[in-house]
Amino acid sequence: MSQDSRSATRSRWLPLHALVVFAFLYLPIATLIVYSFNGAGVGGFPPRDLTLNWYRILFQDEAIWTSVYNSLVVAGAAVVIALAFGIPAALALDRANFPGKALFRRLVLLPLILPGIITGLSLLMLVNVLQMKLSLLTLILGHGTALISVATTEVFAGLQKFDRAQEEASLDLGANYWQTFWRITLPNLRLSIIGAALLIFTLSVDEIAVSFFLIGRDNTLPLEIWGRLRRGITPEINAVSTVIFVFSLIAILLWYRLRVRAEGSPEIAAELLEKG
Amino acid sequence: MFSRAYKAAVTVPPLAWVIAFLLVPYLLMFCYSFWTVSSGNIIHHWNLGNYGDLLTKDVYRATLFRSMWIAARVTAFALLLGYPVAYFLSFYAGRRKDLLYQLVIIPLWVSYLVRAYAWKTILGTDGVLNTLLQFTHLTQHPINSLLYSPFAVVLTLTHIYTPFVILPIYASMEHIPRNLVEASHDLGATPRQTFWRIVFPLSVPGMIAGATFAFVLSLGDFLAPLLLGGPSGIMISNVVVSLFGAAYNWPLGAAISLCMLVLVVTLLFLAERLERRWSYT
Amino acid sequence: MTALLSIRDVAKQFGKTQVLGNISLDVAEGEFLTILGESGSGKTTLLRIIAGFEQATSGELWMAGQRLDPQPPYRRRVNTVFQNYALFPHLTVADNVGYGPRIAGVSNEELASRTGQALAMVKMTEHANKKPSQISGGQAQRVALARALVNRPKLLLLDEPLSALDANLRRQMQLELKTLQREIGIAFVFVTHDQEEAMVMSDRIALLKDGHLEQVATPREIYARPATTYVAQFIGHTNLLPAIVTRGAARCGALTWRTGVPDGTAIFSLRPENIRPAVGGEGVRFRARVKQQAFHGATELLQVECADGLMLTVRMAGNINPTGDIEFQFSAADAFPVRLSESN
Repeated sequence: MSQDSRSATRSRWLPLHALVVFAFLYLPIATLIVYSFNGAGVGGFPPRDLTLNWYRILFQDEAIWTSVYNSLVVAGAAVVIALAFGIPAALALDRANFPGKALFRRLVLLPLILPGIITGLSLLMLVNVLQMKLSLLTLILGHGTALISVATTEVFAGLQKFDRAQEEASLDLGANYWQTFWRITLPNLRLSIIGAALLIFTLSVDEIAVSFFLIGRDNTLPLEIWGRLRRGITPEINAVSTVIFVFSLIAILLWYRLRVRAEGSPEIAAELLEKG
Repeated sequence: MFSRAYKAAVTVPPLAWVIAFLLVPYLLMFCYSFWTVSSGNIIHHWNLGNYGDLLTKDVYRATLFRSMWIAARVTAFALLLGYPVAYFLSFYAGRRKDLLYQLVIIPLWVSYLVRAYAWKTILGTDGVLNTLLQFTHLTQHPINSLLYSPFAVVLTLTHIYTPFVILPIYASMEHIPRNLVEASHDLGATPRQTFWRIVFPLSVPGMIAGATFAFVLSLGDFLAPLLLGGPSGIMISNVVVSLFGAAYNWPLGAAISLCMLVLVVTLLFLAERLERRWSYT
Repeated sequence: MTALLSIRDVAKQFGKTQVLGNISLDVAEGEFLTILGESGSGKTTLLRIIAGFEQATSGELWMAGQRLDPQPPYRRRVNTVFQNYALFPHLTVADNVGYGPRIAGVSNEELASRTGQALAMVKMTEHANKKPSQISGGQAQRVALARALVNRPKLLLLDEPLSALDANLRRQMQLELKTLQREIGIAFVFVTHDQEEAMVMSDRIALLKDGHLEQVATPREIYARPATTYVAQFIGHTNLLPAIVTRGAARCGALTWRTGVPDGTAIFSLRPENIRPAVGGEGVRFRARVKQQAFHGATELLQVECADGLMLTVRMAGNINPTGDIEFQFSAADAFPVRLSESN
């Protein structure tokens, strides 16, 4: 089998580069995980004193658990809001034409690319004007609003793979629009919706930028960690980071499987943003 | 095929929400930016003072330029690191393509805070890197300037946004029909010539999308500078955060935020135009 | 005469699947050879091996006295017209056509003149500055052709280039391609699944079945003297008559005819147009009832049932409405003995 020598070198260099980049992406996280078992704390090479001490401290930390609970509540509510408004938004973008549709599309997708600080601040001003108190409720508002864009993107992508003729067949056979929506459209979008829910949940739990401005007295997990970081590093933070990593990993892998099953191959929001 | 009632039912609720919680807040921000603050109170006296401050006061201009310079470097490094990975994934990965793709998206969605914190523990004076260097006798003393510097911010943000850049480039490469590569070979072009004449031009829309993501999000980032930037690494968003916090001046903060919003929207608009010009599907 | 391209015992395996087995075929200078086969027959794989996009698992390719198979595609004096044209979307029609010469580093004047000639040859001169997205399918096909021919290859490969066109345009392009090939004199290796197309255009046809060559012959020969049952059925319509031969007489149901085939079992191919309504004179006669007919414009294709239940296809001149029992005849010479095709 012949090989042009130049193509051979290209294919030797490319995988090496990819390996280096993957190392760059994963080594910091690997370091965190390793040092969460390090008896001597953060930093210091080489690690020694393998211990589960930090995890023990972590599991007894009440404030952390409260913040985890808060994060889960907020994330759950955010999923509900994001889906409740994101699914219709995707349908609207796919099927309806109305004045201002282009503006609507951009507005819905803007929080995906806008730095979270702007979304957070603008909502803060709204909250201020309405004279609401900052609390988990305002936080839910913020997360839900920011994450509608994720729901819309995922469901829209699922709609593209969906055979429109099924809905036409349903209408032809006597079902009305509402029945068709529940019996045909929604079940077909099931995988996209579950995937979206998974993604939204994960992003909400990790969300900081918007939360920073809309948080009241109750902390979410990232903000609790953040508060501790200001006071100084403890290896307990490595432990909680490792736990977060593991859960995120599981969630993302699940999401990916669902995505591939729903749509065949992964595409991303940039596609939707580009679509004229 | 869809009745007006159906279309209204799917359009109105999200439209209403988006207007209430996205459009109205932006408009509010717009209004706030023209007001001032005096002895802890926001005064609804309309003027252009904040914008004047932004244009004239050095501290704001300098911070903005530093932020843009940091964002530019992050974008450049992310592109340099990410482009070959996307190319490798799309054209050379074969059966492992799926697995490698997952390896790219995992860091993307796994806690930003965790990753920024990881770099903090690595770059510190007693951090992993320094102790490793001393342990292997490559250095005698810890390098203090790794952490709390623009360098740390650029490094961390590059780490965070490289996957962001890989994905759209990969997507646009996947859209290149493989028979174009074969046609190019058939007509006498070597793999290298084929890459520069065929693959690279057709991957430009992906690069534009990725670069825009990386630049915009780096520009508006406030966590990495806060954790790792130190006094020399302050970025524009940190200024805004403090204006909404200790340095209580909401109107000025709003003005800066609005400028950022306008800048981002302009960049997006330009990117979209560019992408369209470079897209051939 | 030495062949231009010599395919010697080429085989190709993908994992456990044998896609091509022991293919030996010569392509002569200036000939129009069609590789004909169903999907899955391996015809595209064979083409790709010649082009250099696949490597044969075993066997050799020789061109102009030198081994071709070690060469990468960009070193072979072979060019391909791809099935979906594979035009470069970001380049104009002219730049697409000029791609090969530009890579080869010719001067600007030569590039312009060769591109101009190639475009004129396919009648696409006025579209030179358009992008592929702005031209029709038929036009794209011509551009793909020009892009390949401008390099003056020794051999041109065409991978089902007409399959995306609608029927009328397709027939038109078939004649144009044939004429073009005669004019330039370059050998064409054309891949298709359409047997009519193959017959119209080719000097020779190589019929592939499940990775093996069933027959390689001129269109007339393949039609009149098919080698196997598969060839007989794939090309045109036929009636396959399984018969028992005793002392020079073949018997199939109620039909008997004289044949030179040795005693034993044999299969005969009888083309529908060779069965006519009985008019007297020499010939094997039989009576049959018309069961179905299909109008094909110039001819009718009838399904007739013989006394013993044997179903035959008969082709008659059109605009006749035959019904009921009819007496038919065919001459014994038209019953051509064929080999049973090997199943895979």
